[in-house]
Amino acid sequence: MLLVVLEHDRGTLGEAGREALTFGRTLAAKMDVEMHAAVIGAGAPEAAGPDGIAAEAGNHGAARVYTVDGEVLSDFGPEAWGESIAQVTNLLGPSAVLTCGSERGNEVVAQAAVRLDAPMVANCTDITPPGGDGAEWSMTRVQWGGSLLEDATLSAAGPALLSCALHTVASSPVKPAPSATPPVQSIDVDLPPELARTVVKERVVLEAGVTLPTAPVVVGGGRGVGSAEGFAPLEELAELLGGRVGCSRAVTNNGWRPHSDQVGQTGTRIAPEIYIASGISGAIQHWVGAMGSKHILAVNIDPEANMVVKADWAVIGDLHQVIPAISAEIRRRWS
Amino acid sequence: MRILCCVKRVPAPGARINVTADGLAVDAAHLGFTTSPHEECGVEEAVQITERTGGEVTVLTLGPAEAAEQLRYAASVGAHHGVLIQTDGAAWDPERTAGALTSAIEALEESGGPFDLILFGNESADSGGFQVGVRVCYSLGRPIVNGIKGIEINGSTLRARREIDGGFEVYELAMPAALGVKEGINLPRYPTMRGRLASKKLAITTMEIDADAGGQALVRLHRPAETLSQTTILGHGPEAAPAVVDVLEELGVL
Ligand SMILES: Cc1cc2nc3c(=O)[nH]c(=O)nc-3n(C[C@H](O)[C@H](O)[C@H](O)COP(=O)(O)OP(=O)(O)OC[C@H]3O[C@@H](n4cnc5c(N)ncnc54)[C@H](O)[C@@H]3O)c2cc1C
Ligand SMILES: Nc1ncnc2c1ncn2[C@@H]1O[C@H](COP(=O)(O)O)[C@@H](O)[C@H]1O
Repeated sequence: MLLVVLEHDRGTLGEAGREALTFGRTLAAKMDVEMHAAVIGAGAPEAAGPDGIAAEAGNHGAARVYTVDGEVLSDFGPEAWGESIAQVTNLLGPSAVLTCGSERGNEVVAQAAVRLDAPMVANCTDITPPGGDGAEWSMTRVQWGGSLLEDATLSAAGPALLSCALHTVASSPVKPAPSATPPVQSIDVDLPPELARTVVKERVVLEAGVTLPTAPVVVGGGRGVGSAEGFAPLEELAELLGGRVGCSRAVTNNGWRPHSDQVGQTGTRIAPEIYIASGISGAIQHWVGAMGSKHILAVNIDPEANMVVKADWAVIGDLHQVIPAISAEIRRRWS
Repeated sequence: MRILCCVKRVPAPGARINVTADGLAVDAAHLGFTTSPHEECGVEEAVQITERTGGEVTVLTLGPAEAAEQLRYAASVGAHHGVLIQTDGAAWDPERTAGALTSAIEALEESGGPFDLILFGNESADSGGFQVGVRVCYSLGRPIVNGIKGIEINGSTLRARREIDGGFEVYELAMPAALGVKEGINLPRYPTMRGRLASKKLAITTMEIDADAGGQALVRLHRPAETLSQTTILGHGPEAAPAVVDVLEELGVL
């Protein structure tokens, strides 16, 4: 059996959970086993109910759903989740455990792996189970935040602990939809109370709005902008387009913009309809954060810049002149 | 406070990453090296904490002899001690790395007393295994939370912030504890001339430690398929603005 641990937030299954199921379905078929799903945490049994996560898991291919609940699972806690996965794994004996390679997913599968004294392979994009001769697993995984791929092997005495890189597959339900909700079974685990030491204590909700990862337009600025003040025209254009300003690491390193605006490997991955990247050379670590954009327009004085070469459209010139001119042209057409 | 930071030396590639002919490493022939960014922020955080509360920062790295460069850099921005677990430079798998780091930390604590706080990066910049810190902490019996972008210290308790969709969550850990931090937690300072000079004199402790290989093995690195796009040059300078706005109209983002 392949066990998929579902990422959810207080009972709501997120896109990462659906992706893990979609990826897991293909893997389970290659392994020639059933895919089961586990829901860990506060209220898991209720959340898993027939209209909840269990139904959704079933629609995405899970043949069975397990729930785990307990005192110390009142909210997310990496150690308590990891210990739960380890115990469920010992009890059910899956051949592999899979999560989505989100921040939480990778963290809890690592916590489970060390408890099972098992290797773990993070952020796979393709996984081949061992052949009949009991050989090793082989997989492709991402390095450098997606700039590079690694072919790797995994030899594990017990279950293989795996995560699939975010957005490797688009989530999709099985067709035709299964006729019934999969059976739900609650599993008893024995969680030492001290695991509460890493459970979330408090949550703070910030004002919602257009965020960088979801903005329909991102106006990006790099070292070429030259200063914090230099971003005013980019702010203006972003506002006109209902978008957000993004930036490169050169900009955050100079203290011109907060890190929350940074696009790239160690920043945010964006996916706008269009990314207007100005004064950005397009280093690979920036590119991996920008490549999810549907279209890219580069503004750069250097026609050979990587960003220009990879863009759909480019304007060659000084961004300090080009960006304000675009805003002015928009206003002219609107008036 | 005694704080330990675990940092990794990684190449600093430019527009693209090239791989050596045998596919086993990044071709760093023409590249500089740097500290993995999350961990660079870990060092800055540790230095800021000890500037406020007193104490010492030790930086630990496992890598080739040249990784001393990253320890000296850390010293140039305020770290007090550097420890190198020297390898021949070949990539180690996450279990082996964690095993060696654990032994080193045990030895350092044996001689110098326990670390109140151990800082890891959320993930290393190159191999990104997302597990070394978790493994080390489990072996040491110490709590760890990853994804941390804010640390507050109240007596012997840490309050740590982690970003989530639409807000953040707070963890409270009693020290000794560990955290996996992310870039953005602070803005690392640049070394001063004085810092640079002082770092040249840093006495680096070198350890020879090995650990059992784990189950994950590298076969080959390769670049993902690149989708080459035909770039349409809309024009030069501000005169290109109308062509740009035509594109924006076409895309329906206006
Ligand atoms: C492990 C690691 C992780 C990293 N993570 C990230 C990350 O998450 N995000 C990120 O962005 N970087 C990241 N980097 C840094 C990255 O390698 C580059 O250093 C950085 O992206 C460069 O930023 P830039 O393009 O703004 O600056 P530069 O590379 O200096 O480029 C500036 C560009 O502006 C152009 N320009 C200059 N003046 C003008 C003008 N007046 N008008 C128009 N164009 C002009 C120049 O032609 C040039 O193309 C990371 C690096 C490492 C090693
Ligand atoms: N070779 C190393 N030397 C020192 N610390 C390391 C090394 N490899 C990993 N780490 C630490 O463990 C964290 C997680 O690494 P990883 O599991 O590779 O993503 C890193 O951010 C570092 O803090």
